[in-house]
Amino acid sequence: MDFELSTEQKLILETVRRFVREEIAPLEADLDPDASELPPHHRERLVAMTKELGFYGLDIPEEYGGPGIDLTTRTLMAFEMAQHRAGLYAPCYGVFGGAGLAQLYEADDDQKERYLYPVLRGEKRGFFALTEPSGGSDPARAIRTTAVRDGDDWIIDGEKTFISGADKADFGIVFARTDPELGRKGITCFLVDTDMPGFRVRRIVHTLRSTHYAAELEFNRVRVPGRNVLGEVNQGFAIANDRLSRNRIPYAAGCVGVALKAQEMAIAYAKTRKTFGDYLSTRQAVQWMIVDNEIDLRTARALTLEAAARADAGKPFRTEAAICKLVASEGASRVVDRAMQIHGGYGMTKDLPLERWYRELRIRRVGEGPNEIQRLIVARDVIGGSFH
Amino acid sequence: MTGIRLTKPWRDLDEVEVALLPGQLGVFEIADEEGSTLELGFAGGHSRFGLRSAIPDAAARHEQAARFRYEVTMQYWSRFEELLAVHVADHGEVPAGNADRGDRRIGRIAAPGS
Repeated sequence: MDFELSTEQKLILETVRRFVREEIAPLEADLDPDASELPPHHRERLVAMTKELGFYGLDIPEEYGGPGIDLTTRTLMAFEMAQHRAGLYAPCYGVFGGAGLAQLYEADDDQKERYLYPVLRGEKRGFFALTEPSGGSDPARAIRTTAVRDGDDWIIDGEKTFISGADKADFGIVFARTDPELGRKGITCFLVDTDMPGFRVRRIVHTLRSTHYAAELEFNRVRVPGRNVLGEVNQGFAIANDRLSRNRIPYAAGCVGVALKAQEMAIAYAKTRKTFGDYLSTRQAVQWMIVDNEIDLRTARALTLEAAARADAGKPFRTEAAICKLVASEGASRVVDRAMQIHGGYGMTKDLPLERWYRELRIRRVGEGPNEIQRLIVARDVIGGSFH
Repeated sequence: MTGIRLTKPWRDLDEVEVALLPGQLGVFEIADEEGSTLELGFAGGHSRFGLRSAIPDAAARHEQAARFRYEVTMQYWSRFEELLAVHVADHGEVPAGNADRGDRRIGRIAAPGS
């Protein structure tokens, strides 16, 4: 696959690169090393800049006001946008705007008025609640949260865990079992307001990632009106599955981005740090670490772009998305680990972003479907058969 | 809810107790004589001496500060947000020392006993 950049892509990437290096990275010197939010005055100033550049709301479909940039170019941009301390989970601290929850674009007109448009205007926040204590890798079988019809309403009972942003959200996209006999065809997707009686955030789940944390939720006879069913009854799993495949490409791109920065830092340090009278960059042990980094990086970058290009071309991309997610998350973890080794003691400190990337990348091998599940997806696609 | 509260023992805000503070990262609570919370905070990655410097720095902002308690944790940011949310669930508002959060939301955690 040919990835020669167009003139327009080169211009866009140069603009984003300069934005990250001149506007975002310098602010991090004054922020806590684990911060994922900017002070409001900086955020407002930078959002105004991205709007002026025409890059705000990158992932919003063009018909809803997005800039209409294809996924391949957005993937290239994501490589750049992740190249700072908070870049893995908060690329550019969100000043390029988000797309909200992709499932809302499939909502009916009434639901779009109540949920999608307020999200796009920045008035409401939502969460995506699929995973349960009984498991997240096999949601079709693991979902035990139930929704039972009661007149025109549904009554939801159950619990969810590892749900990001739920404690600060106004509503959630919640998956519940509506037919226990039908397996993956017995799951329905609901829009649940967080002020509905019976909804509770039990606690925050503390992990290696201190910011953008997740929460544990309880649904105790939450009454949801029938007009809050998103899509068709018993067709919720298809909504979840589509989102999971599509999200793997930007998920991989973020991994590639921080790894590119870690490699840049490792090379720069190796060229300035001396041991026994000569630079680290002259030592074969260090050279090989940098070479192995380069191989991991180029592999992950190419596979991520391949997945994006197939999606842009309207071709099936589930296999490619699974491969790029696992290669990028595993490769980036190795790159950052080697960069820390090259930096020695400094690599372990909060003075540098490497330790944050190291912690957060560990989550990337589990999040959005563990890498073992990605391998299962690829196995099914190349060998055939179903999961067992 | 009890499992997510800060339940460490209160300590008097004096030189002896401050000198005993660890230089590690973590979260803390500053209170007046009656135990009313004045500020919740954390010793983050930029703190000079971790909790040992962050707690007296925060206490200096409150004339009524008389006691403190703390918890060592590397997950200081999410633990801090959790403690703020618990405080709001208990009291309906953030402590006075945490009022300046701009437009950043406070998380909602179920009120105790609900």
